[in-house]
Amino acid sequence: MAPTTESRVLHAPMKVEFDYTRSLGSVLSQFMSALKQHSVLGGVLADGRVVVPPPEFDPVTHLAITELVPVSDHGTVQSWSWVPEPVSQQPLDKPFAFAQVLLDGSDAPMLHAVDVDAPADISTGMRVRVRWAEETIGSIRDIACFEPAGDSETSGSASMDFGPPEVTGMISPVNLAYDYAASPEETKFFRGLSEGKLFGQRCPVCEKVYIPPRGACPVDGVPTAEEIELPDRGTLTTYCVVNVPFKGQTIPIPYVSAYVLLDGADIAFLHLILDIDAADVRMGMRVEAVWKPREEWTTSLDNIRYFRPTGEPDAEYDTYKHHL
Amino acid sequence: MRDVAVVGFAQRQMKELDGSPTCLELLVPILGELYQQTGWTKSDIGFWCSGSSDYLAGRSFSFVSAVDAIGTLPPVMESHVEMDAAWALYEAWVKIQTGEVDTAIVYGFGKSSAGILRRILALQLDPYTAQPLWPDTVSLAGIQAREGLEKGLWDEAAMASVVARSMSDAASNEWAIRKGATSPADVLAQSMYADPLRRWDCAPVSDGASGMVLAAGDRALEACERPAWITGFEHRIEPIALNARSLVTSTSTASAGAASGTAGVDLAELHAPFSHQELILRSSLGLGDDVRINPSGGALTANPMFSAGVNRIGEAAKQIWAGTSDKALAHATSGPALQQNLVITLDSQKGN
Repeated sequence: MAPTTESRVLHAPMKVEFDYTRSLGSVLSQFMSALKQHSVLGGVLADGRVVVPPPEFDPVTHLAITELVPVSDHGTVQSWSWVPEPVSQQPLDKPFAFAQVLLDGSDAPMLHAVDVDAPADISTGMRVRVRWAEETIGSIRDIACFEPAGDSETSGSASMDFGPPEVTGMISPVNLAYDYAASPEETKFFRGLSEGKLFGQRCPVCEKVYIPPRGACPVDGVPTAEEIELPDRGTLTTYCVVNVPFKGQTIPIPYVSAYVLLDGADIAFLHLILDIDAADVRMGMRVEAVWKPREEWTTSLDNIRYFRPTGEPDAEYDTYKHHL
Repeated sequence: MRDVAVVGFAQRQMKELDGSPTCLELLVPILGELYQQTGWTKSDIGFWCSGSSDYLAGRSFSFVSAVDAIGTLPPVMESHVEMDAAWALYEAWVKIQTGEVDTAIVYGFGKSSAGILRRILALQLDPYTAQPLWPDTVSLAGIQAREGLEKGLWDEAAMASVVARSMSDAASNEWAIRKGATSPADVLAQSMYADPLRRWDCAPVSDGASGMVLAAGDRALEACERPAWITGFEHRIEPIALNARSLVTSTSTASAGAASGTAGVDLAELHAPFSHQELILRSSLGLGDDVRINPSGGALTANPMFSAGVNRIGEAAKQIWAGTSDKALAHATSGPALQQNLVITLDSQKGN
């Protein structure tokens, strides 16, 4: 989806996704392994209370929990809240209730979803039972949710086979979605790029010119209000030759990644250097932008495909030594 | 203990910041305002500490960009907490207590509107057995509220009067987002949202930033005519497991309050993002009916993540500066359903 350009600043959808792989300690390994076998375990605390999910350490004595006992897959709602607008990855994708459910045989409630159609269909004291997921893998999500139990009696969950835990790890997928907005200064920079222009900002105190513009001078901490249009040519200050292949690489190696200091700027930025043998690239080399065809321009620094040598004599070291 | 006071405070809150989650465009003018209030410049500040979250910003190291607002040449002494800036203030206060520095600026910022806040906050839960269910903040608060309602610890009318008083008081707060003269009947006339909560029982999703200046001894008197001296500053945490603590009382608040010393406070700014949580906090702190609660409108009228807590402290300090309070208490919360709580007491007179 293309970024919108109507608002004050540029916005674009952004997804952050990561599968957290977690190892489980001895207590949670037993708990998750039991869930896989359709059994729920509680931890026995020093005072004899049974808590589900089992804590790893006793909250009072702080000793490791060592005794786990099966509890029922039936229980009683202790408190609940209606979820009128479920969010992504919750147990149910239609309105439901989150509830504290006290499983028979336990002394502390567990939090989970209860599948009912309306707030009128749930109440504190209501009997509920586990609805197991179609496939159980050793996760709290093996309990798909709870459902009203009516008069049904516990089918029990005591038949599990205790032994070395089958499940010792879990994967938690976390998918987050944001509307990412640029700052007003970044917006000016990216909108400029879509017209083939390069905009920076000058600090009123130290007079340094920043590109991309940052909104505040990181040296002086003052707003950088004055806009400066910069040329698309400058000096290569330092560089590295990329010889290592990596996943997603699109340019044949070896190639050069370099800091380019545009004429009139005080901050160099990283870009690609092509149209020259990597062995011939040097500090102080004068370079110019090679733009994509105008019809392909967007609000992105990718509009500049790469920088290439201009053929001018190299810049004197003194002109860029402060930027290394 | 050194005498340390709050001598500067500036805030910005809005429903939706049409700008970058680094919040630089809020922080730069906030710092400018703090310099103006104190007559100081960057070089007068000995220590900097901020509160923010990358999960909220949707980018890594977002607090590093925010440091641009300070200007860091020559280098500054700086730190960060992934908590409300009230805890950054605690770190700064400890830093001043060590004698290493005499002054500090603390700031917090967050753009909650960039994602679905109540969902993102599920990431602060136990990652094994709770977070994978994505229990959202509103649902957890709803479970907490219902337990108190059904146990007779509070009723809908009490919750509605918290909402009505907050929104009415917020009418004169230029930074409040949800405000205006409101009666308990107006609140109760609203339909249920997340039964047992109405929308007004839940703080509005808010963006914002704020900054605060701390100073010790004579430096405080140099910057402020009537500094808000810190006479107590404590924070406590309860277990992350929701079934390992009572949700309808707040033992951490009670313990932090007792350690801070709540006797004689005439005003309290409480960080309660849900109406019933104010009732829990008031009873945990043992505040009498003669204590003014949240004259700013409180978090129910604007709750910018990572600054709403420090805003309570700033609002209380403003009352001390203005002479409209002699001893004020401020509270900040963090974590699910009042898990972590901080209490600070501010006095027009230095400590004992």
